[in-house]
Amino acid sequence: MKKGTQDLIYRGSEWDFDLLQRAHDAIEVIAVDGLGLDVYPNQIEVITSEQMLDAYASVGMPMMYSHWSFGKHFAREELLYRKGAQALAYELVINSNPCVSYVMEENTMTMQTLVIAHAAFGHNHFFKNNHLFRQWTRADRVLDDLSYAKQYVAKCEEAHGVQAVESLLDAAHALMAYGVSRYAPKKPIRPKDRIAKYEARRDHEQSTFNDLYRTLPASKRESHRDENSSDSQGDTVKLPEENLLLFLADHAPKLKDWQRELLHIVRRTAQYFYPQRQTKLMNEGCATFVHYQIMNQLYDGGQIDDGAMLEFLHMHSAVVRQPRFDDQRYSGLNPYALGFAMMRDIARICDDPDEEDRQWFPQIAGNGDAMGTLRTAWAEYRDESFILQFLSPRLIRELHLFAVGDRSDSPFVSVDAIHDESGYREIRRCLADQYDLSRHDPEIEVTEADLTGNRRLVLTHRVREGRLLAKDDCNRTLRHIAALWGYRVRLIETDSQTGATLNDYDVVALP
Amino acid sequence: MHVIDRRQNPKAKSLGNRGRFVRRVKSHIRKAVNDAIRHRKVADLGTSEKISINSSDVSEPSFSFERGVGNREYVLPGNQGYQRGDRIRKPKGRGGSGSSGTPDGDSEDPFVFMLSREEFLDLFFEDLELPNLAKRKLKSMTTAVRSRAGYASDGAPQRLNLRQTMRRSLSRRIALKRPKQSELDSLESELKIAESDNDELEVIRIRELIETVRTRMRLVAYLDTVDLRYNRFENTPRPTTQAVMFCLMDTSASMTEDLKDLAKRFYMLLHLFLKRHYQAVELVFIRHTYTASEVDEETFFHGRETGGTVVSSALEEMDRIIRQRYPVDDWNIYAAQASDGHNFDHDMPRTLALLEQTILPVCQYYAYIEVSDESIDGDSLLWEDYSPLIERYPHFERAHVTEPSDIYPVFHNLFASGAHSK
Repeated sequence: MKKGTQDLIYRGSEWDFDLLQRAHDAIEVIAVDGLGLDVYPNQIEVITSEQMLDAYASVGMPMMYSHWSFGKHFAREELLYRKGAQALAYELVINSNPCVSYVMEENTMTMQTLVIAHAAFGHNHFFKNNHLFRQWTRADRVLDDLSYAKQYVAKCEEAHGVQAVESLLDAAHALMAYGVSRYAPKKPIRPKDRIAKYEARRDHEQSTFNDLYRTLPASKRESHRDENSSDSQGDTVKLPEENLLLFLADHAPKLKDWQRELLHIVRRTAQYFYPQRQTKLMNEGCATFVHYQIMNQLYDGGQIDDGAMLEFLHMHSAVVRQPRFDDQRYSGLNPYALGFAMMRDIARICDDPDEEDRQWFPQIAGNGDAMGTLRTAWAEYRDESFILQFLSPRLIRELHLFAVGDRSDSPFVSVDAIHDESGYREIRRCLADQYDLSRHDPEIEVTEADLTGNRRLVLTHRVREGRLLAKDDCNRTLRHIAALWGYRVRLIETDSQTGATLNDYDVVALP
Repeated sequence: MHVIDRRQNPKAKSLGNRGRFVRRVKSHIRKAVNDAIRHRKVADLGTSEKISINSSDVSEPSFSFERGVGNREYVLPGNQGYQRGDRIRKPKGRGGSGSSGTPDGDSEDPFVFMLSREEFLDLFFEDLELPNLAKRKLKSMTTAVRSRAGYASDGAPQRLNLRQTMRRSLSRRIALKRPKQSELDSLESELKIAESDNDELEVIRIRELIETVRTRMRLVAYLDTVDLRYNRFENTPRPTTQAVMFCLMDTSASMTEDLKDLAKRFYMLLHLFLKRHYQAVELVFIRHTYTASEVDEETFFHGRETGGTVVSSALEEMDRIIRQRYPVDDWNIYAAQASDGHNFDHDMPRTLALLEQTILPVCQYYAYIEVSDESIDGDSLLWEDYSPLIERYPHFERAHVTEPSDIYPVFHNLFASGAHSK
């Protein structure tokens, strides 16, 4: 066992703030100089397990606005946690600048070190460099936006009643998956500025209010205004529109300004999660790989002792465990396990390729620059393209992956590909598809919106592979949309191949 | 890098969200609370309750694919023996598995969570405005307790506190330089020596000294009235923090299980109600036919007995138990009588006399609950004959219950209304 010359950073399991600082500094040296990571400045916050549960319930955001559904999730998480059915995550990290990582006070020092390596460097690097995060989120604004949202929701509740805000948020949450424009988002004016503008205008209206105007014949003004507004709206509607939340926020005829702003708030939250949902596998793979490298180097350098290393290995192996599909504990592919395995595999291909690797990955095999290759991959890919590019036959064999086809008209599922020569590409394509968000969520767009006449809204679901919407959920979601839109809403399911109409839902807004 | 300690941040931040959630599912919780009454013992209503709610009622809908419709393909890990082209029969009853494919997964779980005791009770007493009500209606018995409360500068001689008094006297004597008796004694002995020595000058000097010492001792009293300290006592009223609740029930054949269930609900409410006010609440169950006996809860609600109905027997038993175990000074006594309204005619005078002379004077509250099926017309014997008592005693109330849903309003009326003229 080789031991470096450096002093131990800590002994035993107790942690304090000085030790956290020392561990961070030691890790920083390895991460930045050794692994070449490029990170936002770190901010580490210590929280209690209850606060962690709380953050859990609020979609991982410790500063989320108030809503009953978070209370519901909290109740459930708490019950699971109390029963011991589920352990808490060791860490939470927010994609912001500075990068905020939350660690729990119950953690041992080894765990804190692991968390710092994993979150404050692994995730942090990924957030800062992956092109999706760069494009979709503004790290410097996240914390501002969150606290703004929280304050704004609270203010609305005060002004318009909890009930009104809650029902609007219910409806908005139902459409959360449809709050992202998949094509490059434009940079909107900051919500604060928008509100400032709105308030300035209101103040102006109030200060120049003249009761005399009220005595003007009403009918004339009404019709005049109607013409005006419909004209201006007609101009801006571009269809089809896949971002339902944005569309409703901008064009729903009956919404008030504060309601529109709430929709925008939910939409921005959805947008914040959009890159995360697309890079779950890579993000966790990257962070796991980074913490594994760092902890090993700390140990090799003599900065942590044998006990700490054993504790780390125990936790690490629990994190990257992948139960078999027929195991009781199986709940899908573990992104930590698959991600970590892929990162290791890429490093192996770079440093020590065999003949098969040279054939499959001629660009990177044996290039000797594992970290450089990984950093490029982390920056340029998302889960789907990453798997398509880098999943190697060797890994497919190791994990015994097999592809299964499930057709609704057959009483059997069929094994379409296994880990053999003819199956590698099929499995790789199939797995990549599995990580493709556009196949995950039903593809629904606004295709028709009559803003002047009967004001009917028409949505279209392009049905692929005969996968129809769940009726019950669909009707309920449509009721939410109708509540926002204020008029009749129709949803047509058409087959994407033939264009035939498969289903037709029609929902009227309740008064 | 900097580390921030957020542990001190306000705790229970989730309470707000939880409150919202509980509000939202109130109707379901109310149902659960109702069920709880049915299945629980009278005394353990006030614990936390596991509430399960049909998940569809709290679901957050969104567009999703119908399970088992359409074609899909997915990749699974851990293949052991499957070859390409193998076909596996889909599990029955569920149209194909989702990509997660948990073998025993069932997505229709009801949503289960714990309601804390406080939340449970709040819902239970939702409209009852308990705090105010408790103040108005639940009078506590108080007994005066004499307790030491420092010292006073005057008081009865037998309360003189010698120690304190002498302490003050001593300090005053030291402060005012009162000569000690021993000084005087030694001067006098010196005087004797001087006299025997016939030292005139010395004798005169000592005499003068003795004179000043005597004067000083006279002027500064050994024990002055300002020194006197007396023990001081105060009467502090001590609320009696225990209560006993008597459940009287007619268990003759005419009381069916349903009627008993109605009565049980009322007892539960009353018990809970008392529980919020007193530290300890004891339960006494007395059932009666033509004789009365104290029984345990199980027998009380589910035991079978036949015979006529003599209400006075229960009241006698209650009186006996009060005398034996629950002295009125120490216990707040509550009684709730449940009956279908029958009593033997010849027993009525005795019943009324017992109530008026023995029971009502010691009770904080006496409630008569008449449970009956709707079919019975007109007032029952007990109902009618209790009327004059109700007029006279504000803490004697009665109510009529025919359905479980009545219990709550009845309870509410009994305790919330100021009107005793029912």
